[in-house]
Amino acid sequence: MTDATQTASGPIRRWIARATARPEPAKRVQFDRPLLPWLFLAPQLAVIFVFFYWPSAQAISSSFYIEDPFGFGATFVGFDNYTDALGSAEYRHIAGFTAMFTVLVTAFSLGIGLLLAVKADQVIRARSTYRTALISVYAIAPPVAGLIGMMLFDQHIGPFVKLAAWFGLDMKVGLNYFDTAFAMILVSVWKQVPYNFIFILSGLQSIPQSVREAALIDCKNGARRFFTAILPLLAPTAFFLLIINITYALFDTFAVIDVMVKDKAANNPITLVYKVYLDGFRGNDIGGSSAQSVILMLVVLVLTLVQFRWLERRVHYG
Amino acid sequence: MAAITITNVSKTYPGASAPSITDINLTIADGEFIVLVGPSGCGKSTLLRMVAGLEDITAGEVKIGDRVVNKVDPADRDIAMVFQNYALYPHMSVRENMAYGLKNRKTPKAEIEARVAEAARMLELGPYLDRKPRALSGGQRQRVAMGRAVVRQPAAFLFDEPLSNLDAKLRVSMRGEIRRLQKRLATTSLYVTHDQLEAMTLADRLVVLNAGRIEQVGAPLEIYHRPATTFVASFIGSPAMNLLDAEVDGNRLRIGGHVIETGRAVPAHGAVTLGIRAEDLHISATGLPFKVDFVEELGAQRLVHGSIDGQALVLSLDPKTPLQYEMCLSVISDKLHLFDTISGKRLEQAHTIPTLTPVLA
Repeated sequence: MTDATQTASGPIRRWIARATARPEPAKRVQFDRPLLPWLFLAPQLAVIFVFFYWPSAQAISSSFYIEDPFGFGATFVGFDNYTDALGSAEYRHIAGFTAMFTVLVTAFSLGIGLLLAVKADQVIRARSTYRTALISVYAIAPPVAGLIGMMLFDQHIGPFVKLAAWFGLDMKVGLNYFDTAFAMILVSVWKQVPYNFIFILSGLQSIPQSVREAALIDCKNGARRFFTAILPLLAPTAFFLLIINITYALFDTFAVIDVMVKDKAANNPITLVYKVYLDGFRGNDIGGSSAQSVILMLVVLVLTLVQFRWLERRVHYG
Repeated sequence: MAAITITNVSKTYPGASAPSITDINLTIADGEFIVLVGPSGCGKSTLLRMVAGLEDITAGEVKIGDRVVNKVDPADRDIAMVFQNYALYPHMSVRENMAYGLKNRKTPKAEIEARVAEAARMLELGPYLDRKPRALSGGQRQRVAMGRAVVRQPAAFLFDEPLSNLDAKLRVSMRGEIRRLQKRLATTSLYVTHDQLEAMTLADRLVVLNAGRIEQVGAPLEIYHRPATTFVASFIGSPAMNLLDAEVDGNRLRIGGHVIETGRAVPAHGAVTLGIRAEDLHISATGLPFKVDFVEELGAQRLVHGSIDGQALVLSLDPKTPLQYEMCLSVISDKLHLFDTISGKRLEQAHTIPTLTPVLA
């Protein structure tokens, strides 16, 4: 905790500060017994331990073993699982797709969310109806979104397939690698846009009216005004969303991918998380799958650190 | 530099039943400092924002120089505005804040630098040029906001309650600074405030607004000494002018059970509203009986609150004057202001106005 306080800055630091801030003396609750506060904390700590630290430790330890598929025994193999994964052409190929998938999903869902938020911010009449319509998509659960997405791309009734056919394209989602990738990205973006929309809209609304008006007097060109005076003030929101969106694209798209590629022919694009699942639970290669999830954990850790180190410096907090 | 002409301007917000601004006519001469003053909700800010182009004009015409600007973009009106909460761009340094408007107008770089440097010198912002607004105090931020207006060298400055967020001491010094700057640059200025003291001290001419209409336009002292309505009388001047119910009977005025001579013919008969400034009342041996209620000490003067026949009255006295609980008051007859009880309009015209001798360079 102390380490995080020192290295993190901006919003994280503020969250931590808020979380660890001493309560006002008047509101302070005094406990008679020192054990009592720990009892109150226990459920939360138990949840964190059971669902995060324990599995992480398990994953790290089992990543150094090759386990018998039927659970009869495990053999220590050192870093073999890691070298196997990183050395495999298939793994590198999936990693490449994951990177592209993450970049595209993040870029499009942020871009479209921003566009919609800016436009919704300008709507005056029926503004709440309009906003509710845009936000409500977020209430759809990921597997359901995946299913709806699948239906949009259904071979027989899917409107997207028909649209593509109209242009002379024969779309085969679940069979053709690129068609599946396209559908996957589209559904993932579609699912994430409302989330970004909510945050960007609230970010826009926190920009003081007078600053917008000052910009209106200082800059005639609307687009230029937006990029020089409004967008920089959204930077804290955008930074937060960037981290959330990358995490979303890497991990939370699992359900969407699962619905799209499950029980389909083998040559479909998948992301690293899905491969962890396939190798571990379908292939029963617990050791290899653990090694992959540790690699993924490290990648996310590095990415987040890089973002906080390099990007956050350019973010202005008014 | 330009004159501003406001002709028959009205503003009705969409959905509102009554207009916020009704038929305003005002001509602001080139280089003049006009202060719009009135209570909150009187439409003063709306009027300013219509000149700035931040509000649509429902009816009428606004001209800056020779150009009708009703449909002109705020950026093309050649005005600069100073906002109450400064409205600085938080992600830009002081220098960038000042240069932003010029950069967008494709002003040559050297010219921008020269103007920013000049404004920084004038406003003593030199040491802060590379700081972000959040690292500045309220007064410094307001100076940056003024610098941003000054570098533009616009036809007119528009000030929207620029000193309201500052503490009392800073407000006084900034007031002086604004006045000096405006005199020096001789830029037409329109200044909105609800503070009558700020209005009195800054204005070449004051415009008193009430409920979307102009109550009176005039030089500060003219308005002070000859308020056109009871509203102006009670709004301008501190303490507010005493307003009493009285009755006119020829050359005499009856207040409650007491009579004072006006010494001249009064163009009215019956009930009127009598206005007397606190400093125009004097203690005398005979006159209106005054009962003291409480006293406010201001140091240089002493405000004595009390009543005459049950009507509240404030009296401004020298602190050295001895006080009693019951005193008699007299007033010089040409310091009496008479207003129509119903319309609130001033009744008589004959009144001498002390002329203002400006000491400002």
